[in-house]
Amino acid sequence: MSIQIENITKHFGGFQALRDVSIDIAPGELVGLLGPSGSGKTTLLRIIAGLETPDRGTIVVDGEDTTGVSVRRRGVGFVFQHYALFRHMTVFENIAFGLRVKPRKDRPSGREIKAKVMKLLKLVQLEGVADRYPSQLSGGQRQRIALARALAVEPRVLLLDEPFGALDAKVRSELRQWLRQLHDELQITSVFVTHDQEEALEVADRIVVMNEGRVEQSGTPEEVYENPANPFILSFLGSVNLFHGRVHMGQARLGAIDIAVPEHAATDDIPAVGYVRSHDISVERQPTDGASIRAEVKNIHSIGPIVRVTFGVNGKDETVQAELTREAFRKLALKKGERVYVRPSNVRVFVEDYQI
Amino acid sequence: MTNSQYKRRENLTEPVPVQWILAILAILFLGLFLFLPLAAVFSQALAKGFGPYFEALGNPDALAAIRLTLITAAVSVPLNLVFGLAAAWAITKFDFRGKNLLVTMIDLPFSVSPVISGLIFVLIFGLQGWMGPWLNEHSFKIVFAVPGIILATIFVTFPFVARELIPLMEAQGREEEEAALVLGASGLQTFFRVTLPGIREGLVYGVILCNARAMGEFGAVSVVSGHIRGLTNTLPLHVEILYNEYDFTAAFAVASLLAMLALATLAVKSLTQWKRARRPSIEFEEALVR
Amino acid sequence: MTNGIKKERVLPGFGPTLGYTVFYLSLIVLIPLSALVIKTTGLTWRAFLAAVASPQVVASYRVTFGSAFIAAMINAVFGTLTAWVLVRYEFPCKRLIDALVDLPFALPTAVTGITLATVYSENGWMGSLLEPLGIKVAYTPLGIIVAMTTIGLPFVVRTLQPVIEAIEAETEEASACLGANRLQTFYRVLLPVMMPSILTGFALAFARAVGEYGSVIFIAGNMPMVSEITSLLIVTKLEQFDYSGATAIALVMLTASFAMLLAINMLQRWSRKYAQ
Repeated sequence: MSIQIENITKHFGGFQALRDVSIDIAPGELVGLLGPSGSGKTTLLRIIAGLETPDRGTIVVDGEDTTGVSVRRRGVGFVFQHYALFRHMTVFENIAFGLRVKPRKDRPSGREIKAKVMKLLKLVQLEGVADRYPSQLSGGQRQRIALARALAVEPRVLLLDEPFGALDAKVRSELRQWLRQLHDELQITSVFVTHDQEEALEVADRIVVMNEGRVEQSGTPEEVYENPANPFILSFLGSVNLFHGRVHMGQARLGAIDIAVPEHAATDDIPAVGYVRSHDISVERQPTDGASIRAEVKNIHSIGPIVRVTFGVNGKDETVQAELTREAFRKLALKKGERVYVRPSNVRVFVEDYQI
Repeated sequence: MTNSQYKRRENLTEPVPVQWILAILAILFLGLFLFLPLAAVFSQALAKGFGPYFEALGNPDALAAIRLTLITAAVSVPLNLVFGLAAAWAITKFDFRGKNLLVTMIDLPFSVSPVISGLIFVLIFGLQGWMGPWLNEHSFKIVFAVPGIILATIFVTFPFVARELIPLMEAQGREEEEAALVLGASGLQTFFRVTLPGIREGLVYGVILCNARAMGEFGAVSVVSGHIRGLTNTLPLHVEILYNEYDFTAAFAVASLLAMLALATLAVKSLTQWKRARRPSIEFEEALVR
Repeated sequence: MTNGIKKERVLPGFGPTLGYTVFYLSLIVLIPLSALVIKTTGLTWRAFLAAVASPQVVASYRVTFGSAFIAAMINAVFGTLTAWVLVRYEFPCKRLIDALVDLPFALPTAVTGITLATVYSENGWMGSLLEPLGIKVAYTPLGIIVAMTTIGLPFVVRTLQPVIEAIEAETEEASACLGANRLQTFYRVLLPVMMPSILTGFALAFARAVGEYGSVIFIAGNMPMVSEITSLLIVTKLEQFDYSGATAIALVMLTASFAMLLAINMLQRWSRKYAQ
């Protein structure tokens, strides 16, 4: 089912949580709402579910305006951040709850309920825990039960609030892949909220980046990562280096570096900042004219598959961080205090009317 | 080695002799003010044996007092229970302006002394009160009659249930209710299937405390009762009358009933608390699973 | 482009439950209490003063507040001791003893009253022991203190117990590691953490004792100017149909209890300072 979010605005007292947010979600899509805390992503998710009422705007699900429809009748599945499992009910009763509270005429028989719950338990790979209580499950198990409970009522859309937020790193990465597979299997329109860019990039078909109640950019993980619309998104998705300078008639001069910036062809000598991802910094022993900067190795940290090197540039006041592969690092054989040259590539230049 | 170990221990807890002295002091204190009087109730009640004891309890005035006490509790406890549930729901499941003030006002009756709690109803419904003349005309009696006793009892037991439920429901949050609604449950289904099971113990606890106070209230009821034997005497008032008539055995026999009620209340209270403590916390179980 | 949605709350029942709460609160508590205030405004200032400041009434304030203060002090000291012993030490019947601490909350005050009067009378269990020493408790101001101590007993213990339980062993260990002996640890580390709760318990016990009626009147002797508490004076005035006198004194007592309520609230806020 498709979801159209149209011009949603929401205040909490004096705080503006959402400013005129519009997003179109196609049937069967898995969308990740990505943003820092306070960006309004959870509020938007709760508005889609009907747990909050927007000040203005509409939510259209499958062509039907659901803005005024009560939570009960929206047919959404919601997985809460802390799962909100009913602690006095067994796993079985938790999953059966949505079926048991249906009006008598729609309510499945006891046998049907049992069959359905068992099927869902199998789906989430937890057949053995039907008679346990939520307190007897691990975090990852609770997460999957919460998902099974949401799916039991056959929702039109599935909403997940920080689905992996409360789990430890290993369980988290397992569950991510599992959720991705499950979505491919069920093809149910889903929206999840996360503040973890890696999670959004890995799981989602499409990412919607939010900040201060606004949608900053929306697109596939590749699009958003490769062509970030503004410095906020750029710096939110991974670590970046900043190079300050000026832009004049399509040419940017950032310290010792000259770069052609055709998109700024009409600008007339204004301050600008070049953003470079840490893995787009390469290190050389000999300078390339107009493209590299003198630098001194300040620190070397080896982090699993990559090596992070910090350089002092411009008399050490400024630093540049580079992420090198192990192999590149071994070839260079860098030592602390050594003088080398760093060369940024994929520089994205934004003129300075945009402040992060 | 033992010596150094002993010394380290000494810095972390009191030396054993000091522990003994402190424990004995505490138990003496409790004994003097609690256990001794409690024992005295039963000892005095049975001082002349079981015959006079049961005779005192079977006395028609005593039976009338028991009946009135039961009626009073049967009216006031359910009313305050319904109020407590409504107030706790409104206060813990929603945000609104003036919430703190409301919570403070619900607690007010606890800080009003019993005599004043009775007095305010005399001021409204008494002969010289606001509604007194009108009530008199229609020969309807509230003060110095059963309705006054019930009103005063409702007042003094007003906060018990609400007070027990509010912190409990606050701690439980709103997520489970939201989850139930998303799954399609109606408001009443949500309350009875999700909220109520989670607060059952707190509810029982609030109700038994409310009941104990409703049956045992003395000061407030004494002011509005008029002390008419067999008609407007609750158990505590009956105890007072018997005591002032120097019928000590009967007074303590009736008092022993109230003391047993108090002990039963404490037993239920300890039991619910014990059950709550015995259920391992989620964190603890999590540690077991890992 | 407002789409006509009223500010709707998602969980159901806000209107009915809040409406009923406010209605019932007004009916049972607020309107009756306001009757007291309105009734007093019918008095002239002079009549009000005559009612609340006559020598007999002033003596009753002294007896009530004085005894309540001493009783609350006793409870602060021994309640702290009791709470410490109940949390930290193991001994037989601890659970039973712990459960019985609440007895004064559950036992009707009239029962407490006649029992204490009997135990401390000349022929009673305690009275007969104390008489040879020349100490008379029943029917003296001392009796009032005994009754008020009993009914205020659970407050300090119950306020303090969770606080002592929450003290992490690490703080005491740290203190010991830094070279403090046990007494220094108690005075410098533990007592400051416990103090707000001790004071809260003290204030609660004091407030309760000031308003107490049932347990006191049987043991007090009720001699005007010596052992007559203010609550009893209100009842006496009512029985003499001196409604305005009773109301005036009641208003003074009510104001005092509200002042104490305020103080207790502030103390509780203070005691939360150390909680995370």
